[in-house]
Amino acid sequence: MRLTGVQGVPCTPDSLHAEEIYVPERQTEPLIDTQDIAFQPPAVIQFGSEGETRSWRDFPWWFVALILIAAVAAYTILSRENYIDAFNFIKAGLSITGITAVLSYLIALILGLLTGLSRISRNIFLNNLGRLYVELIRGIPMLVLIFFIALVGVPTVVDGLNSLGVWFGEQGIRAPYLVLTSFSNQSIPMHARAIVALSVTYGAFLAEIFRAGIQSIGRGQMEAARSVGMSSGQAMRYVILPQAIRNVLPALGNDFVAMVKDSSLVSVLAVRDITQVARLYAGSTFRFRESYMTLAVMYLTLTVALSLLVQAVERRLRAHES
Amino acid sequence: MKANQPMIRVKDLHKHFGAVQALNGVSLTVERGRVVVIIGPSGSGKSTLLRCVNHLETPTSGEVWIDGEQLTTNQAHLNEVRAEIGMVFQLFNLFPHLSALENVTLAQEVVRKRSKEKAIENAMKQLERVGIPEKADSYPGQLSGGQQQRVAIARALAMDPKIMLFDEPTSALDPEMIKEVLDVMLDLAKEGMTMLVVSHEMGFTRAAADEIIFMDEGLIVEDTTPHDLFNNPREERTKLFLSQILQH
Repeated sequence: MRLTGVQGVPCTPDSLHAEEIYVPERQTEPLIDTQDIAFQPPAVIQFGSEGETRSWRDFPWWFVALILIAAVAAYTILSRENYIDAFNFIKAGLSITGITAVLSYLIALILGLLTGLSRISRNIFLNNLGRLYVELIRGIPMLVLIFFIALVGVPTVVDGLNSLGVWFGEQGIRAPYLVLTSFSNQSIPMHARAIVALSVTYGAFLAEIFRAGIQSIGRGQMEAARSVGMSSGQAMRYVILPQAIRNVLPALGNDFVAMVKDSSLVSVLAVRDITQVARLYAGSTFRFRESYMTLAVMYLTLTVALSLLVQAVERRLRAHES
Repeated sequence: MKANQPMIRVKDLHKHFGAVQALNGVSLTVERGRVVVIIGPSGSGKSTLLRCVNHLETPTSGEVWIDGEQLTTNQAHLNEVRAEIGMVFQLFNLFPHLSALENVTLAQEVVRKRSKEKAIENAMKQLERVGIPEKADSYPGQLSGGQQQRVAIARALAMDPKIMLFDEPTSALDPEMIKEVLDVMLDLAKEGMTMLVVSHEMGFTRAAADEIIFMDEGLIVEDTTPHDLFNNPREERTKLFLSQILQH
């Protein structure tokens, strides 16, 4: 069994639109086994050593180039005073970038799973609600969404909760009144709003991945589970989801890498992630080259390392399959 | 439930898929411990009938009674009844992420709420019954088609079903693996399991079936003993069909 997902393809949210996600159905025997291509029988190589040409062509030269660029850049940064200075300044934002990406991704996973499940639900309300959410998010640029959710969405929800609290107060119910009116817009830091914004945005992307993963599992699995008396919830939990999630792990991993990159957008909310810190450094020292070069290399290092990790996990999963 | 009730009773069953009429009023009774084989050309509604018996397909109209109890569309009720009806599919439908043993224990634990130890003990018993206890830790992808189908039978048997439904259990198998599956089914029949089998395995039918049903165009055309059907079919359609499948 193979997983031919979207692994290896740099993942932008645009590439994750519903119809474009390709999560193939599990097949017991691959139609084309890549190993067969790699180890061609000698008879074929006689015709102009096709096998060698192909492996020469298939070699990931781009990846070597990428590593070279990273190495040269790292050397540049580490060997020059100005760059070291920039790096030391910018690295203060690493923890914020990390926290933002990880926390937003975890929330987005939950949101995505719930939305993905409601997208395949037969309940008309849930189904349409899920679809509405996904389509809304997909139709708006991420930068705009981040402004909107952080500066309009969150305050609106807070105002709503406040007026609900006031209503409770008028009814003479004190506990919810005290809790709900204790929220105020000033007390919600931009960092939290940024995390909400990223989670809500990525939740829609992940929902489509989960949906595609669930739908990639053949009908027979659900039928077999139901035929032994499982409820649809039990069948989903014990039979469908474990397989679906394994199928989409590469896609989920790629989206985490994308999330790390997109966390740079929170700098527009003045959250001090590495992008924002780099901007501050550039602004105060006018060392634009040092500042943004260092920033770019930091992102590149992060994403390449994470991509390699994703691929390693994926290989390990494949090795466990038979 | 009650000893005098038939195990399966189907009354005037209709099933439409859009404009396609898969079942056009089928009635059928299977007594306790009987083995009934359904044959018929493809598209005649055999599988649909079988799938209506445990409501994997909801009938458009008509009634299904299992052991004196009528099936409703209430999900909780259906889950209870389905636990009593084992089903074996043409494409096995084993859970590929679970080992053979886990395939057999899962529903015991989740549906029957048996302890893990009890479920494993029973699962091993069932795997021995179908002749492959040594494959307990193998995953479906590592098993041959015949072995997979036997695990699927063990999975169904582990729920202690009153009825076993077989939907063309050998059609997807290589010829040399058909026998190992039919042998298991034959043993089950001898043990007195109530079985409803869609299959064109005439050897099995002759050896095990108490009754054979020929279906065409969503209707039961003929319902008799295997001996009578093979030796003097009454209907023209039956003769034509038998001449086609028994030709070679």
